[in-house]
Parts: sequence; structure tokens; C-alpha cells
Amino acid sequence: MSHPRLKPGQYLILALVALCAPLGDSCLARGMSELPAISLAHPLVLLAAVFTPWIAAGIALLIAFFACYLTALSWADLTYVLPTTAFGYVLIALLGRFWLHEYVSPYRWAGILLITLGVGFVARGPSRTENPDRGESSASGQSTKELAG
Amino acid sequence: MTGDALPAGVSFWTAAAMIAAVSITSTAGEVLTAAAMKSIGDLDDIRAQSGIKGAIRAVLTCPLFFAGVSFLAIAFFALLFALNHLNLSLAAPASASLTLVTNAIAAKLFLHENVDRRRWTAALLVCIGVYLLAH
Repeated sequence: MSHPRLKPGQYLILALVALCAPLGDSCLARGMSELPAISLAHPLVLLAAVFTPWIAAGIALLIAFFACYLTALSWADLTYVLPTTAFGYVLIALLGRFWLHEYVSPYRWAGILLITLGVGFVARGPSRTENPDRGESSASGQSTKELAG
Repeated sequence: MTGDALPAGVSFWTAAAMIAAVSITSTAGEVLTAAAMKSIGDLDDIRAQSGIKGAIRAVLTCPLFFAGVSFLAIAFFALLFALNHLNLSLAAPASASLTLVTNAIAAKLFLHENVDRRRWTAALLVCIGVYLLAH
């Protein structure tokens, strides 16, 4: 099945892929920083950490990320979805700059620009392609069929 | 990579091997997971027909999915091992950006995706961007 143009719901899934992973990581980092240092001699403390609010929220967000990521991979190419996950780094840097008023170095601004350009490049192309040698339907394959028809 | 970026006692080749191990296992995990999801089909359609339980069952009964998740778990521990020996500012961005390029190569070879000039350019731009973001 080909999806030359994504539906609004599919763009929402991609947006959740980009948002949930960095937000989940941030919640985990916030939760772990509030805990005292955990020693391997007391592994049960780590288990208890799972039930603290920030870490529980982080785990829930990462589960949501994985569900959205798998859904996206079921109708889009890996090389289409992966740049979206990298766009999460950009969102975190922008949140840090404009919400937490952190300093963003010129290197980071350059990184933000390059990732945004990369995601823009991929987003303008088809979401699903397959090798025509395998005889499967694809965005380009469908165009060929339409032309033949 | 300069000698200053590496902790004492870690050679360039040791660091490169650790980062390569993270990238290779991560790429194997991503490609196997993507292959699993392609073989299952559009999850939105499955959910519309069989509900959310049907979609979850379709994923959890696919052996390729478990192979992919196993490699992703190995990649996670490989990253932890690398972080134990290398600086975070080197290991995390280097492995993340290298993985983007190896994924593009593997997607073309094994998933038969049409990685055209547009996608190569995007992979390289994002790869450099991720590396710059960590500095």
C-alpha cells in the first residue's frame, strides 16, 4: 500500500515521534537528578524510582514514542521517519533557549539549521518507496501504473 | 577526532570500535524493526479492522520485531559501555550521527528503499547537525 501524501493524522503521529522522545528523556533526567545517588548494591531503590512522578511520566512518554514510531514505520520508510526523530533534538534546544532561557552557542544554532533543512528535504519527498526490482507497489510505482492506465 | 577528545588510556581505534559497535547494533535494530513493521502492514488499517488489541497482537506475534528490539537493547548496553570509557560529548553525538548514515545505507541495501539524492543529502545534513548540536 502506498501513501504518496500523508494524511493529517499521520503528520500528527510524526509530530508525536519528534516530541515524545526528547520530552520523555527530559522527564527521566529531571526525575533521576532529584534522587540521591543510586548504588548497584541497592538495586531495589532503582525499582522504587520507577514510581516517582517524573520518572513514571518519562517512561509513559517513551512508551508513547515507541508506539508512534512503530506506527510511522508501518506506513513510511525508515529513511523518512529517522530525520523526524532527530528533529526532537531541535525542539529541545529551542525549548531550552526560549523557555528555560539557556545559552545556545553558534555551533548549536548551526546544528538546528542543518537538521531543519535535512528534515525539510525528506518531508518534501514521498513517505514510502520500494525498489521497483521487487515488483512492489510504491509512490513511483503507482505513478507508473497511472500513466500506463 | 583529536587526542584531546579521548580520555587517557583510550586509543583512537578503541574509541572508533566502541562507537562503531553502537552504530552497527543500533542500525541492525532499526532495520529489523522497520522490516517487521513493513511486513505487518499499515497499523492504522489493522486498528480500524481489528481494534487496538488486534494491532498490538499483530506487532507482538512478529518474530522480526523481537529480533529488532533485541538488537536495540544490545545497542543501548553498547552505548552505556562506550559512555563508561569515553566522554559523553564525543560518544553520544558521534554514534547518533554515524547511525543516521549507516541506517540510510542499510535501508537501501536491506529494505530496498529508494534512497535518492534528496535522502542522502538529508541524512548528511542531519548527521552533521546532530554532531554540532552536542557542542
